This record gives sequence, structure tokens and C-alpha cells, in this order.
Amino acid sequence: MNILGISAFYHDSAAALVINGQVVAAAQEERFTRKKHDPGFPKQAVQYCLDYAGLRLADIDAVVFYDKPLLKFERLLETYYGFVPKGLRSFMTAMPVWIKEKIFLKRLIRSELAEIDSDGAKTVKLLFPEHHLSHAASAFYPSPYERAAILTLDGVGEWATASICLGEGSHITILKELHFPHSLGLLYSAFTYFLGFRVNSGEYKLMGLAPYGNPTAPIVDEYVQKILTTLISLKDDGSIWLDQDYFDYATGLKMVNADKWEALFGIKQRQPEDELTDAHCNLGLAIQRVTEEVVLRMAQEAKRLTGADAICLAGGVALNCVSNGKLQASGVFRNVFIQPAAGDAGGSLGAALAAYHIYFKQPRQVAPSLDALQGSYLGPEITDADTERVIRKYHAVATYLSNEALSSTVAGILADNNVVGWVQGRMEFGPRALGGRSILGDPRSEDMQKKLNLKIKYRESFRPFAPSVLAERVSDYFDYEGPSPYMLLVHPVAKDRRRTLPNNYHALSLRDKLYYERSDMPAITHIDFSARIQTVHKETNPRYYALIEAFGQKTGYDVVVNTSFNVRGEPIVCTADDAYRCFMRTEMDYLVVGNFLFDKRQQPAWQDTDNWKEEFVLD
Amino acid sequence: MEFLTDILRFMKQRKKWWLAPVIIILLLLGILIVLGGGSALAPFIYTLF
Repeated sequence: MNILGISAFYHDSAAALVINGQVVAAAQEERFTRKKHDPGFPKQAVQYCLDYAGLRLADIDAVVFYDKPLLKFERLLETYYGFVPKGLRSFMTAMPVWIKEKIFLKRLIRSELAEIDSDGAKTVKLLFPEHHLSHAASAFYPSPYERAAILTLDGVGEWATASICLGEGSHITILKELHFPHSLGLLYSAFTYFLGFRVNSGEYKLMGLAPYGNPTAPIVDEYVQKILTTLISLKDDGSIWLDQDYFDYATGLKMVNADKWEALFGIKQRQPEDELTDAHCNLGLAIQRVTEEVVLRMAQEAKRLTGADAICLAGGVALNCVSNGKLQASGVFRNVFIQPAAGDAGGSLGAALAAYHIYFKQPRQVAPSLDALQGSYLGPEITDADTERVIRKYHAVATYLSNEALSSTVAGILADNNVVGWVQGRMEFGPRALGGRSILGDPRSEDMQKKLNLKIKYRESFRPFAPSVLAERVSDYFDYEGPSPYMLLVHPVAKDRRRTLPNNYHALSLRDKLYYERSDMPAITHIDFSARIQTVHKETNPRYYALIEAFGQKTGYDVVVNTSFNVRGEPIVCTADDAYRCFMRTEMDYLVVGNFLFDKRQQPAWQDTDNWKEEFVLD
Repeated sequence: MEFLTDILRFMKQRKKWWLAPVIIILLLLGILIVLGGGSALAPFIYTLF
């Protein structure tokens, strides 16, 4: 049985193909169109999935869209009805989108599919599971658990903004939901917006900024209290109620009523690219703490309702790896599994799996080891022929290394403090680069974070970098024992590797804090000694594993810095052509695509001007 | 028309018949907006809709 899942028309469009319950291929449309968070119909991603499996649309048993459009329309109408006469402008803006397209989604999907295969598009069955069921399915079905609690958290789907479910075998039972406009995801996005970052993509930056707040400052507690007593009401079961007087998203075109927020917190709304102050960092820390508390309470409620030993997480909020790490450390559940494509892209995968197990009533084989996602390497692969075409196109100079020589040569290059673009095997599905489309560096290097942020990625200097570590050696470097294959858990660097902080550390400016050497792996140790860990497993990425192993033999450290292969605002590279262009436009030192090694010094001069940076809208 | 069947089934299943006049009026209003040349691109900060 072949099922194609689709997420589209909001943000992070994607397609995923499930054959007889196995996830065979999945990719986000942005990787093909080169438009970050592309909301359009995922035509190229669908085409890729079909091509990968050698199928035509006529071979597909069902195309499954990741939410229910009519239920969403109901929410929209009831919201306007509930707030009338407020929201007229928003209504006038939303209606054309719905009347022209979204309400006729079946027709729209068929017409888009017809451009791929007109015969198949006419007859293929279309299904529409609920948004949060798609998220829940994306987390539970690929997990290694027979029985688990499922917690989904995001901005909003149809009505639900969070749900607690029980997964048993091939069944998912929804036990509890939180409904719009009360939403943890929207609360976090509101702070993202108020602090001058872009909603739907800047949440990561806010999470990275939070540790710069002063954890001992009374003002942080004051902000937390203001959030808990004025902005929201937090119940014992983790449900929250948001005072809509302070928010504008339900009926307006903005996230918050800025005047009220400025009066409440005594801070002006930050504009994008404004200087970050201590007050911004402290407010970031406050909302991060509140988020962690809400997630923990919801998880405790999930434990109470299900009695399960394990929990599966999905939805955009599940990408908050700091909160995930705290949940795991709390011990409420013995095991935690997080869907790597936890955001809406992963909804395509969940929709397909939900249709397979729930609609078609097919049994589930529980993944025997880590999970059923094969390390999330579900995207397109680059062949040697593809790379050779790129070499000819750009008159590039590359050396072909044997498999044996590759690891040791690249490990040596990394140990010499070079930055290496590393493109291997199938592209990752989800927002994280996991050694398939990554930029790598030496974690021991003092200037690596600065170099990567300012000369390679062209992004804000405060943003941290994550480590990839051999799975068996994780506890040698971090206060953590266990798998974290998808870089979705934050845990502290091991105590014996930390440096003593000066007494005035928290009073230092953001920049001084940033460049203070906090451990023997400064490039991956965040301001609060935390690190967003990726454990690398031989079974899912043997080549990346071999590289880190070789780096360990040379340096004594089985850890490398791993960041996504892109510049600010650019989707992660997909093809060898994308990779070579990004390599030549930045100050990256080496590029490795498959077995080909490119040395920057040997490449012909690059003709691009600085205008290329305008190609990507800043996130 | 498949859409009308779907929406009738939807209201029956959700027992939200009271939405019918609202939907009709809003659809009519919406059609006017569309005919008035409103953009189909939503400039929302958060893509709730």
C-alpha cells in the first residue's frame, strides 16, 4: 500500500511517501524551490518522493493532506463571530484567500497533482486527518514504543493548539485538547515577535538568546510573574488561558498589542536588527522558563492520564530543545522520542502514517532499535555523476578520495581549524542538518563560533552551535547518557570540562559573555554551559560516524561542531550545485561532496557580487 | 458540487447548523471582496488562516 502525505499552504510545505507502513522518502519543498519555509504546494517534493520509489500517482492508494480545511474554516468563522465587530480588516484579508483557494482545497490539490500526473490526479483518494492527529502520528508511529503518551504542541491547527493522546499499537486515542486562541506556540511566537524576530522562524533565535538573560536577576522572576499573572493563566494540568486584550493574532494582523506589552514589561518593542539589550535577554529567559513549566505540567498530565513509560513529542513547540531537555531530565517519563520534523513539514509524514494505520487499519511494526526514521535521512541523494557535472559547470577543482582516505583526510583538515562543508548521502527531513548537509568545525577552537556566525553563516553573533558526538561517547563530554540522534535535546557540558566563571559573569555584556571561554569545547558550549546534542550512530550514518571517530583519533575529541549547510535566510542546500555555490560565496575552507574534496584555494575566482545575499529574505 | 456536499456533511457531523446562515452570508460577502479584487495573499504575521 502506497500513501503520499502532504503539508502545504501555511508554512513548511512537504511531502512524504509511506509504502506498507515504512517511511520511504520525505522532503520539504523549500529545499527544491530555495525559498525558506515555502508554503506553496510541494510539487517538487511530491515528484521526488514518487521518483525515488519509482511510482506514478496512479500507484498511490491515497493522498493525505495534513489537516481538515473545513474545520479550520469553522474556527475562522466562529472566531470572527466571537470577536465581532473587531477583526473586520483581518476578515477582509482572510476571506479572499479562502474563497479563492482554501475552501476548495480538494479541487486545488487535484489540480496541482494533475501537473504531475493528470490521470492519477483525477482518481486518487484524498483524505484529511486532523492537524494534531497528523502531528501525533508523526511522533508515535515511527517511535520505538508499543505504548506511549503523545504530546503535541504548536501554534494552532484547526481548533487544537495542544493535545495529549495515548498511542497503543496502531491506535491513537485523543484524550485532551487545548483550543484556539489559547496556545503555548502562539504565546512563544508573540514574544518572538515582540523581541524583533520573525514569527515562525525566529523562535529558535529566542531560545538561543534566553540563556544570555541573568538567571539570578530579580527582574527575570518579575517578568515570569507578570507573564503568569497578567498575560496568561496557567492551570495544574498545563492548560493555559491567554488574555486576549494583550494579543492581536485572533482578529488582527499582528501578534501582540505592543502598547500594552510595553506598559507591562517596561521595554519598547524591539525592531529587527536593533541592538539586543540585557532587558531583551532577560525577557527571553522569562518566557523560556514559562514555556518549560507549561510543557512539564502538560507532560505530568499526560503521565497521569496514560500511565505510560514513554512520551512522544511533535508540533512546532517540540523543536524547543531546551524545554525537551528539561522534560527528559525531570524523569516524568523514562523515555522521550521527538519527531525530527516536529513542525508542519512533519505533518505530511504523520498524515500518511495516520491514514495507513487508522483509515486503512493496517497493523504497525514497532521499530526494533532507535526508531523507524533511519536517522531522518529521507531526502534526495547526490551521485558522483551529479558532482562531476557541477565540477564541469564551474570549472571547479576537486580531488576524489577513497572511502578509507576520506575520513582521515577530512578529520585532519578539521583539526587544523578549517571549516568544512560536508555533503553526504540522503538529505535530512526536518529543520536540522545531521551530517548529511552540514558545515563542520573543530569544537576546541576559540574563534570557531565567531567565524561560523560572521564569516560563513552571516547571522547574529549570539547564536550558538551544536555538537555531533559519537553515541557511545556522549557521557564523556556531556551530563547526559542516551540517544539524541535528531539534535532535539539540550543538556549541560560535563562538569569536569567546564571552566570556572568569574564572579561578575552575569553582569558582563552580551558580547563579553559570548567570547568568554566556558569549557574545553568553547565552540559548542552555550552561555549557560548547555549544548544541543546530536548523537551520531554507526547504523544510520556510518560515514559521519567514521569521520568523527577519525577526528577523535587525531585530537582526543569524538565531537565536531555541526551546523546546517546554508547562510542566513537560505534553505539548507539540497544538490551539489547548491552546496558548491554556498561554499564559494562564503569563507568556508573546504567542501566535501561524497568522495570529492574541494579546497577553496584551488577553485577559480567566483563571479558573484555581494548582491547574492539579497537573494534570501533574512529570517 | 463536491464542495457543497462536503460542507453539508461537515455541518451535519459537527451539528453546527447554526453556522449555515453565517457561512452563506460570509461566503456572499467574501465573493464580493473577491470580485472587488482583494489579494489572495495573506499578509498575516502568523499564518493562522
